[in-house]
Amino acid sequence: MRDRIWIIAALIVFVGLVTYPAWRSLEARTTSRPPTLLLPKLEKECVAPTPYMRSSHMKLLLDWRDSVVRDGQRQYLAFNGKTYEMSLTGTCLKCHDKQAFCDRCHDYAGVPTPYCWDCHVDPKLAPMQSGPASTPRTVNPSPSVVIPSEARPDLIGARNLAPKVKTGRDSSAPTAPRNDKASGFLPDPQRSAP
Amino acid sequence: MKMTRKEFLKLSGACLVVLSGGEAATVFEGADRNETRATSARRAAKQWAMLIDTAKCAKDKGCTNCIEACAGAHNIPSIPDSAHEVKWIWEERFENVFDSYQTQYMAEARKQQLTPVLCNHCDDPPCVRVCPTDATWKREDDGLVMMDWHRCIGCRYCMAACPYGSRSFNWIDPRPYIKHLNPDFPTRTKGVVEKCDFCAERLAKGRQPACVEACPEKALLFGDVKDQKSEIRQVLASANTLRRKPELGTGPNVYYDL
Repeated sequence: MRDRIWIIAALIVFVGLVTYPAWRSLEARTTSRPPTLLLPKLEKECVAPTPYMRSSHMKLLLDWRDSVVRDGQRQYLAFNGKTYEMSLTGTCLKCHDKQAFCDRCHDYAGVPTPYCWDCHVDPKLAPMQSGPASTPRTVNPSPSVVIPSEARPDLIGARNLAPKVKTGRDSSAPTAPRNDKASGFLPDPQRSAP
Repeated sequence: MKMTRKEFLKLSGACLVVLSGGEAATVFEGADRNETRATSARRAAKQWAMLIDTAKCAKDKGCTNCIEACAGAHNIPSIPDSAHEVKWIWEERFENVFDSYQTQYMAEARKQQLTPVLCNHCDDPPCVRVCPTDATWKREDDGLVMMDWHRCIGCRYCMAACPYGSRSFNWIDPRPYIKHLNPDFPTRTKGVVEKCDFCAERLAKGRQPACVEACPEKALLFGDVKDQKSEIRQVLASANTLRRKPELGTGPNVYYDL
């Protein structure tokens, strides 16, 4: 019975190791329950029935993509007879939040964030990059290279942004662009309501 | 029935001709179709085009409203390093835009005059012909040279093929260089070619391209050149207009009124 202490110690280590995942998830406050997603307040129905969206939203998004980009067809006639604009940021993200909806479920399911977001912009992120906050980010990644855009604006095509914007043009607000009537274009809403 | 060797050869030869005839016909038909693909674009129902009045444009020295409007609408980064620049519409000196039209006696100021340049949305676009993935194509219903950034593999054949340098390659991630991120339009990623698309997304909503709307001098005129009653056709009928490098046969659709 001289080995009792070793046996008990080994048992404690063994139980600790076996239950480690449970402790670990307790500490990380994770749960095996699927995320409860808040339903959008704007709309009662999605563009397709929920089971279909849950299983095949990626196919729907790819179909939308091909339809808009390749065929120029931007309207989607949904199962409920409604017509939606086929737009990830314009239609999907109008109701759903990328972080609270897309990312949470993708995280839970262990599906990596798709590369949609490499290009398509989460509208919530857009204001963060606008204004003076973005100015320090526009740094030359290779400082050894001389920046010619300032030195030779004639060559590069004067890309100096904000200071050159003319504010005086708003005086021409009431006059619509000259060929609006002739070719049937809509007027610029920015001009009529600056 | 007995068959001589000569008869056998004759019969099998005739069989071969009959069997391969259909195949050969489709091959020749296909060649014919390839030949007419370029010309079919010229017969498109609609062809968006732009007319740039260089005199009006020159009135407002230093104005870059069209470039800024385009950058704002399409999330175009402003990268200070010219080797990484991304351009949809930009300015070039007259002598570079129309090198074959300048003379030795032309005033220096005229040679240096900045002229806006952009994708010409050619009738027979060489960029489209070389694209290995069909990521760029000539849209049949309105003649736009479109791009599918989902499909572009970044081989830059189109950049080599374009005689106007209208295409830019994203050597680096453009997002940090975008001044005002517009959520209504995607950005691009590193490794993708991009260019002016005549604001296809605005045309779909019945609006004019951003640069045309932004020009304070109304120096840019946009319209359908296949429509005889369009304003651009009226102006093109009487004005002295030039196109860039028409001798190459690309059929550019951006006209310059000198």
